[in-house]
Amino acid sequence: MSPRAGTIALVAALGFVAFAAAYLKRSDVYLLTLYCVYLMATMGLNLTVGYAGQMSLGQAAFFGIGAYHAAILLKLGWPFFVVLPGAAVACFVVGLALGFPALRVQHHYLAFATLGFNVLVYLVMRNEEKITGGTYGISAIPRPTVLGFDLGGHLAYFYFTLASLVALGLLLWWLLRSPWGRAFAALRDNPIRAESLGVNITAYTLLAFAIGAACAGVGGVYFASLVEFIEPGPFHFSTSLTMLLAVIVGGSGRFFGPAIGTAIIVLLPELLRGSSAPWLKFMQTWYLAVFGVAVVALMVWLPGGLLSIPERFKRKGAAR
Amino acid sequence: MGELVQLIVSGIATGAIYALAALGFTLLWQASGTINFAQGEFVTLPAFAMLLCIAAGAPLWLAFLITCAAAMVVLGWGFKRVIVDPLIRHGVIPLVIATLGLSIVLKTLVRAGYSAEAHQFASPFPAGQLSIAGVNVSYADIGTLFLAGVIVVGLQAFVTRTVTGRAMQAVAQNTDAARVLGIDVKRMVLYTFLINAVLAVIAALLVTPTYLAKFDMGDSIGQKAFFAAIIGGFNQTRGALVGGVLIGVLENVVGFYVSPAYKEGVALMLFLVVILFRPEGLLGKAEERKV
Repeated sequence: MSPRAGTIALVAALGFVAFAAAYLKRSDVYLLTLYCVYLMATMGLNLTVGYAGQMSLGQAAFFGIGAYHAAILLKLGWPFFVVLPGAAVACFVVGLALGFPALRVQHHYLAFATLGFNVLVYLVMRNEEKITGGTYGISAIPRPTVLGFDLGGHLAYFYFTLASLVALGLLLWWLLRSPWGRAFAALRDNPIRAESLGVNITAYTLLAFAIGAACAGVGGVYFASLVEFIEPGPFHFSTSLTMLLAVIVGGSGRFFGPAIGTAIIVLLPELLRGSSAPWLKFMQTWYLAVFGVAVVALMVWLPGGLLSIPERFKRKGAAR
Repeated sequence: MGELVQLIVSGIATGAIYALAALGFTLLWQASGTINFAQGEFVTLPAFAMLLCIAAGAPLWLAFLITCAAAMVVLGWGFKRVIVDPLIRHGVIPLVIATLGLSIVLKTLVRAGYSAEAHQFASPFPAGQLSIAGVNVSYADIGTLFLAGVIVVGLQAFVTRTVTGRAMQAVAQNTDAARVLGIDVKRMVLYTFLINAVLAVIAALLVTPTYLAKFDMGDSIGQKAFFAAIIGGFNQTRGALVGGVLIGVLENVVGFYVSPAYKEGVALMLFLVVILFRPEGLLGKAEERKV
């Protein structure tokens, strides 16, 4: 597909979703909004995993930091457009502080550091009852009013989230097309060569990781306002793991990879839940196991992720 | 004072269990460059296998032996054959991802296939405690320390004193040179996987009576194993031991004097401090990066 046709198709698809949402059930609109929110976090993670080539197992922690940050400040009556950049900056700074020691050493150390960090953040959420409400969480989180529009309705909030997602997507797209973003790809493909060409590997990787964390923080803000009640559960380490695998299944390092991967972890389980066919009942219980097996199989047969399938066919055709 | 000694002794016992899991983790890394993110689930699975055997009427020792055999086949040979062999030539990352996927599979397998509840697990050691000069130490801690000690010393002796052990070390140090010298590299790597599986079963036997058998019990022990391995030094077998014991003791001390709620965070803090000041680990040697 040529770039222009791709753009047209994308705009048409977005327009269709926006149009169709008006006729969907309330719960479906909620699910679509949830999808957009998670996609913000996984798109950020794709930057870390796909473009900078680092494993991060702490995306849910940053997602949670954003969510708690928003829940606490929105309840204090702070305006949404102050809270939002605040969450991004907070996650960015925490990301820098966490990434710095880990990235000085080796690739996989970031995976361990982020994993431990996620456990620690989860503990803080659960134990610091005065701030986070502990296991009871924080309820009655308000939805924002933007430029005089009340976004309390489910449809209005969906449109707002979708528009924000598109804005974030454009921002990341621009970032990756800039010379600065191209350095990311260079260091993923061949770090030693990139270094010899004058790319400061550690600085770029660290920045990619911190920007990815900031995206998760932004997603967390929208999440808090969407669900209106947060507790530590959704920010457990297992969410980080699912997010990472979603990025990889979709095709890490491909701009639209997370869109596919996130659909598999957010939309597909809900579709299965709605059905009553016996094999689908089986799938509900074993969904994660099947997902895990699929990940292993994917690594063995299709390391590029689902979005690499067309290329693979193309290459086979060319070889003949 | 007696309090502190007690905390340290039981901390060393817990740390010895972490060390067993960490030891397998380090061995796999040295011999084959495998980073196994499902190491925690490699402990969970044997715990439930033993529960199944006991439910079928087997005594604990028989359950342990059956599980050891099964683990060597499934978690040793099977894991190597199905997941590691096809992926290892693609480098570290795909294998890391595959083992992450595997950890989800195994966890769901236990939760959906057995149960989501925590289960009691009989201790191989008698209940009660021993009092020496006002310090109380439970028999379980003594037994754990003894058993873990025997295994670590035995493994060390095997690796340094026997021909097979030395061949394994040679493979870990330089695979190509070992092959040139006529060592059957594939077989040595397989041995490492088998040893890792058995170590996991022993860790399960020791840890489950206190931590209970639960589908996500591996999360915590797996993490401690990674951190212990890195803190001690990834390329040193003794490092795993030092790291494990250090984490076990500090967790106990922090849990008692600071806050029990943050016990789980101790390993991460220690890890961050160590990699900040001594990235190769406390006992490790710095490694050159391969181009």
